[in-house]
Amino acid sequence: MKAGSNLERMLEAGHFAVTGEIGPPKSWDGAVVQHHAKMMKGYCESYNLTDNQTAIVRLSSIAAGKLLLDAECEPNIQIVCRDRNRIAMQSDVLGAAALGIKNILALSGDHQKFGNHPYSKNVYDVDSIQLIQMLDGMRKGYFQSGEQMKGEPPKIYIGCAANPFADPFEFRVTRLEKKADAGADFCQTQCLLDMERFERWMELVRARGLHKRIKILAGITPLKSVKAAKYMRDYVAGMMVSDDIIQRLEKAEDIKAEGVQLAIEQIEYLKKMEGVAGVHIMAIAWEEIVPEIVKRAGLYPRPEV
Amino acid sequence: MIVAERKPIDEILGFLSKHQKIMLLGCGGCVTVCLAGGEKEVGILGSELAMARAKEGRPLEVVQRTIERQCDFEYFEGIRHEVKDVDAILSLACGIGIQTVAEAFPDKVVWPGVNTKFLGVNQNVGVWAERCQACGQCVLDKTGGICPVARCSKSIFNGPCGGSQHGKCEVSADTDCAWALIHDRLTRLGQVDSMREILPVKDWSHSRDGGPRKLVREDLTLESGK
Repeated sequence: MKAGSNLERMLEAGHFAVTGEIGPPKSWDGAVVQHHAKMMKGYCESYNLTDNQTAIVRLSSIAAGKLLLDAECEPNIQIVCRDRNRIAMQSDVLGAAALGIKNILALSGDHQKFGNHPYSKNVYDVDSIQLIQMLDGMRKGYFQSGEQMKGEPPKIYIGCAANPFADPFEFRVTRLEKKADAGADFCQTQCLLDMERFERWMELVRARGLHKRIKILAGITPLKSVKAAKYMRDYVAGMMVSDDIIQRLEKAEDIKAEGVQLAIEQIEYLKKMEGVAGVHIMAIAWEEIVPEIVKRAGLYPRPEV
Repeated sequence: MIVAERKPIDEILGFLSKHQKIMLLGCGGCVTVCLAGGEKEVGILGSELAMARAKEGRPLEVVQRTIERQCDFEYFEGIRHEVKDVDAILSLACGIGIQTVAEAFPDKVVWPGVNTKFLGVNQNVGVWAERCQACGQCVLDKTGGICPVARCSKSIFNGPCGGSQHGKCEVSADTDCAWALIHDRLTRLGQVDSMREILPVKDWSHSRDGGPRKLVREDLTLESGK
């Protein structure tokens, strides 16, 4: 065991894992974070806390992580490379560990152009793969500079992202391999709205045996509207939405119900796919739907580990 | 070359509002090549400024000069006698030239006439693109001759990130993804496997982050001392 988090224990025990996601608010109202956590409590092993997602200032992911711990839910804090240099990041990792946070997910971060401070400077002192290396070094007792840490090293279960829907397609598998080489233990994929492309990516992943080196959690996002699906397809870089999904939603009488049904079918399908270790359900601003999805996908109650 | 763009006329007129006589100083280096601050642009801007001020009924005398290079102290000697008689110098050189003018004439007001944009290349008529950030430690040997520091919006070393699609950057559909370019070029050269290697954390102390940089070459300083 690297950190002994719920998520790690679940994955190591070979159970199909479920993780959720909470976007901290654009305010200091910590109750919002706990409210969302309570809605999903018991349905996921851990909950990602986004780090100023889409470059919009929000309650910090580590502070939100502490709020989750207080609510007896396991946090998985995201760290992006956009806003902090290696000094600040390592300081935050030590701080997170001191608060009892065990899962950390390394990301590049959306460019600040999309956020509410487009005139800011970005950092990118290290990139996401170098951040994984840094986290791996820290849990072995070394700072990035090579200096040895005092006392017990922090216990970290290291996550990363993978995007099978970005280009160049073949390189996406190599990039996952680099992340595994850097020390990542698990990855969560971009939300999966094109199953055919995901399957092709998984084939390449299996051909390289990567699923045996890194736990892969497929990203699931229940769709609420046709407009949202088309927006993701047309305007979000690195996202794909297949035509059959759009058509199904267009034909549906109750679009939200169809979106949920689609997510459940995807999970059922993924449960049987070799190399998929679990799902990461991203129902941002729709957290209350997560229990229904988990139950109807036959993943509740969660196994005891 | 250093690519610059002339500042808007109103901003420049604002700088010069209290002056009666100025020297408008062009540079024969990069800004001539990128059509921002050479002899031709000095002529155009000189006329524009004089006309604008004449219209206000507060004439401005503009002494127009263009020297070989404004980033070399030796070229200022030829204009020193004329600088005495002007209220200020409006330099159309890049930021380096403007600062050298200020250093060469410590008692004279110096105004910037251009915004220095980047180190880049002329791609087409009227189009320039950034190519180098002078980070101080070149990695082009590992990236197929395409710079991720200057050309990736996130300056990452192990790209492309998840925002790369159809060869374009998440920042804009007009921006090529530098890592997609690197990937395609290394593929063409039969070297794409080299992208499996993790490029290590960069030593930014060679860049601006190490403080203002200075290069001293002892082989040359010793020689000049002889």
